[in-house]
Amino acid sequence: MSTTLSPPRGAGAPAAEQRGATIVFEDVAIEFEEKPVLDGVSFELPQGETKVLLGVAGAGKTTILKLVLGLIKPDRGRITVLGQDVSAMPEEDLFGLRGRIGMVFQESALFDSLTVEENVAFRLMEEGKLSEEEIHRRVAEALRFVELEHTLAMMPSELSGGMRRRVAIARAMVSEPEILLYDSPTGGLDPITSTTIIELIVKQRDFYKTSALLVSHRLQDGFMMASHYFDTAANEMRPLAQASRTDVHTTFLVLREGKVIFDGASRELAASRDEYIREYIA
Amino acid sequence: MELISPAELAKEKLHAMQEYSLLAGRSVGNLFRQPRYLADTLQQADVIGVGSVSIVVLTGFFTGAVLALQTSQTLQQFGSLSLTGQVVSLSMVRELGPVLTGLMVAGRNASGMASELGSMRVTEQIDAMRALGTDPTKKLVTPRVVASVVMLFFLTVISDLVGVGGGFMVASLVLNLDANQYWTMAYQSLEFKDVVMGLTKPVFFGFIIATVGCYYGLSARGGTQGVGRATTQAVVASSVLILATNFFLTKLLIAWFT
Repeated sequence: MSTTLSPPRGAGAPAAEQRGATIVFEDVAIEFEEKPVLDGVSFELPQGETKVLLGVAGAGKTTILKLVLGLIKPDRGRITVLGQDVSAMPEEDLFGLRGRIGMVFQESALFDSLTVEENVAFRLMEEGKLSEEEIHRRVAEALRFVELEHTLAMMPSELSGGMRRRVAIARAMVSEPEILLYDSPTGGLDPITSTTIIELIVKQRDFYKTSALLVSHRLQDGFMMASHYFDTAANEMRPLAQASRTDVHTTFLVLREGKVIFDGASRELAASRDEYIREYIA
Repeated sequence: MELISPAELAKEKLHAMQEYSLLAGRSVGNLFRQPRYLADTLQQADVIGVGSVSIVVLTGFFTGAVLALQTSQTLQQFGSLSLTGQVVSLSMVRELGPVLTGLMVAGRNASGMASELGSMRVTEQIDAMRALGTDPTKKLVTPRVVASVVMLFFLTVISDLVGVGGGFMVASLVLNLDANQYWTMAYQSLEFKDVVMGLTKPVFFGFIIATVGCYYGLSARGGTQGVGRATTQAVVASSVLILATNFFLTKLLIAWFT
């Protein structure tokens, strides 16, 4: 990591419960083709916290992210995002709210007919509030953050899977959103590239302090996030010392067959006596 | 293959019609809302209009030429070969120009729109666009609808002119008709109502081509196979809709002018 950053948030950061919730799910249920995908899901994402959504394939993790964005509507329950009830908002009104949220899709979902620079600049260009020079500066900065500033003129098809994922992160964060949603950001990547992606997410978490939901099948991704912080002096991710009181504001939510079976910190997850969870984390 | 009950099938078709109507309505409603994508509209006009000129010219020319050949056989029996220009110009301007141009552009562009938007749909690019705060109907659908309507109008004018020109080539080179006679008959037989009738149709056909192509693209499911299916359905549905709409429009316009 070559970018120089200001010091990360330390133990002095306000406790999650003292801050407002950016996302609130209340008894949310949805089914597809008469098959329940989420059934009575309730949880909160406090401001500045990263919540790792764990569960087997089909547990409803990605559905939660799409519900947050209002891309799909729940059959029951209420979803409040940044103080607005997205479950009742018409599509036209949702576009403004979505402008305050960044999303990294599972397969990156980069626009394949646009260059990397155009992809990252897409939201800023659409908003039309900044000059071209300012947009270029912001895009270059975002790409520098993910260490891909040399790819500005390249097409997505010329990038590797890991690079595409990093461009997707740059695209999601370029407008400095209040919430970031990561849908399996390490899915299908090799272990080294996966660690690079997690390091970027940790760097984003500790530098910008953005609230985030991260979907993952890989338990090690979540534990790595909960047990590491980004050392700005060394410009790399470092493990937290055993006795460290630094709060990295990362919690876990485990889904099973559309229901929440765990919502808490990594230590509580590791100490859980639930048979399914024990088997899942084994 | 799973069998589907008639009630379910009817429900599905009704839902599809509702979704199509909503998309078509929004594509028009977007014209009165910000933002408007002028650059995207011009780009689509280039792809749909300029890109289709060659096939429209070829189709128009050979249709006019074969029309002259076929009708001359019958006209000769009545000693009315001199009316060839009239038959060709009336047929081209009122019917064949708009319909054949519509069908050719449907084959080329409805399929292109369905495959492009379908690929974007199955690779989550449409969802990504919505997630980035951009309305895909404003950014992708409305520019295609506007470009199709405007460009099909001009393509039909080109097709009509080239078709009458094709008829002239046959009349002149094969039937040995006098050029002055052919063009006089072709021009003088045309009335204001014929031109209005012929140039009203492409406006509707262009709308059908773009909305059907975009609808099938945006509702594509199931990977590359789904994109292929959407492309085929878009061409079939837009072609059938053009022919059906042509019948009702013709009936309506004839009633209007009489």
